[in-house]
Amino acid sequence: MRISVLSGKGGTGKTFISTNLVSTIGNVYIDCDVEEPNGAIFLKPEITGQKEVKVKIPQSDENCTGCKECVSFCRYHALAYAKDKLLVFHELCHSCGGCVMVCGHNALHETERRIGIIEYGKSQNTEFRHGILDSGNPSGVPIIKELLRDMDKDKIIVLDCPPGSSCTVMESIKDSDLCILAAEPTLFGIHNLNMVYRLTNLMDIPAGVIINKAVEGNTIVEEYCRSKNIPVIGKIPYNRQFDIWNSNGELVSQKQGCRQIFKQIYENILEVAANETAGSTKR
Amino acid sequence: MKIAVPAAEKDIQSQVSITFGRSLYFIIVESDTMDFQAIENQAVNAQGGAGILAAQTVLDSGAEVLVTPHLGQNAADVLKRADIEIMQAVPGTVKDLVDMYKNGELKALKEIHPGYHGGHR
Repeated sequence: MRISVLSGKGGTGKTFISTNLVSTIGNVYIDCDVEEPNGAIFLKPEITGQKEVKVKIPQSDENCTGCKECVSFCRYHALAYAKDKLLVFHELCHSCGGCVMVCGHNALHETERRIGIIEYGKSQNTEFRHGILDSGNPSGVPIIKELLRDMDKDKIIVLDCPPGSSCTVMESIKDSDLCILAAEPTLFGIHNLNMVYRLTNLMDIPAGVIINKAVEGNTIVEEYCRSKNIPVIGKIPYNRQFDIWNSNGELVSQKQGCRQIFKQIYENILEVAANETAGSTKR
Repeated sequence: MKIAVPAAEKDIQSQVSITFGRSLYFIIVESDTMDFQAIENQAVNAQGGAGILAAQTVLDSGAEVLVTPHLGQNAADVLKRADIEIMQAVPGTVKDLVDMYKNGELKALKEIHPGYHGGHR
């Protein structure tokens, strides 16, 4: 089962929920927030392997006649032909390979360019992976694709997603069985929750909400969930001690009496997932 | 010699545009005869890479000089590679700027900005 934890904005507790959840159920943790991966701060994995992630970019050779077929084809405007040379703006290239296909003179071939790395490791009984995008690169999507390659379907995989609802999030949650939407009980929180809920709906992925930093008497997220018919998977009360542990890079689930919070969340996840499966058979 | 100037309207009397890559038109003026041609800038609605596409349009027009208020790094890379002379525009019409260029009253554009890069992927 693949569970993605996402949120419409940063700071709602994606990493807090995913690292504590995975350390409770012990399986696979993948940090897809390749621009700023921080799960390692809490899981403190022993890194055992590393791999470079490369993308393909075009390069022209002496066969180029300057016909500019590739330049007009490229919808990202990553190519220009000036004087006697094809210029490639690699930061705009999406590695689609289309320019190579449309070249009628066999003058283009693809070369590789590194955009970041993936590190593999182990944290107690949790398998750990994260991707790190090299500075100056515009898109982490190819790293996320590589991170999620060859996943063991029998394991419980927790994906810690990038914030927001852009391409990197879509790439992360694509094959998920369930999305956990982390939300704060504020108006701003609801606005951002609605953004990611629309995304999971659009992509037809079952979703449930975890209300983080919940405060007594505030039911704003519950009301939103009721109106949209989204299950509430968990409610983590605002607790200053949690913040202190979290700020020190410590897992709350490892503290006495706190493991239960995440065990309960996991049980609720299983229940929501089971209902979903039953629901989809009916459909 | 052909001189390119970004403009908001299709006419030689139009004011110079405040941008390069997202300018609506490029007015290409033949400096000897003051004949001109307005080219639509296809990069106006580009998600990204507007400067590159706009620079390619200027190159393909056969212009040897560009008079512009601003220029991004990517567009400058394309134009410099093709030895286009890049001059700093001052407020005025396209015609004013071409006249000033002919009289040697314009300076070379010194400041190349890193680009706005608003197009997200």
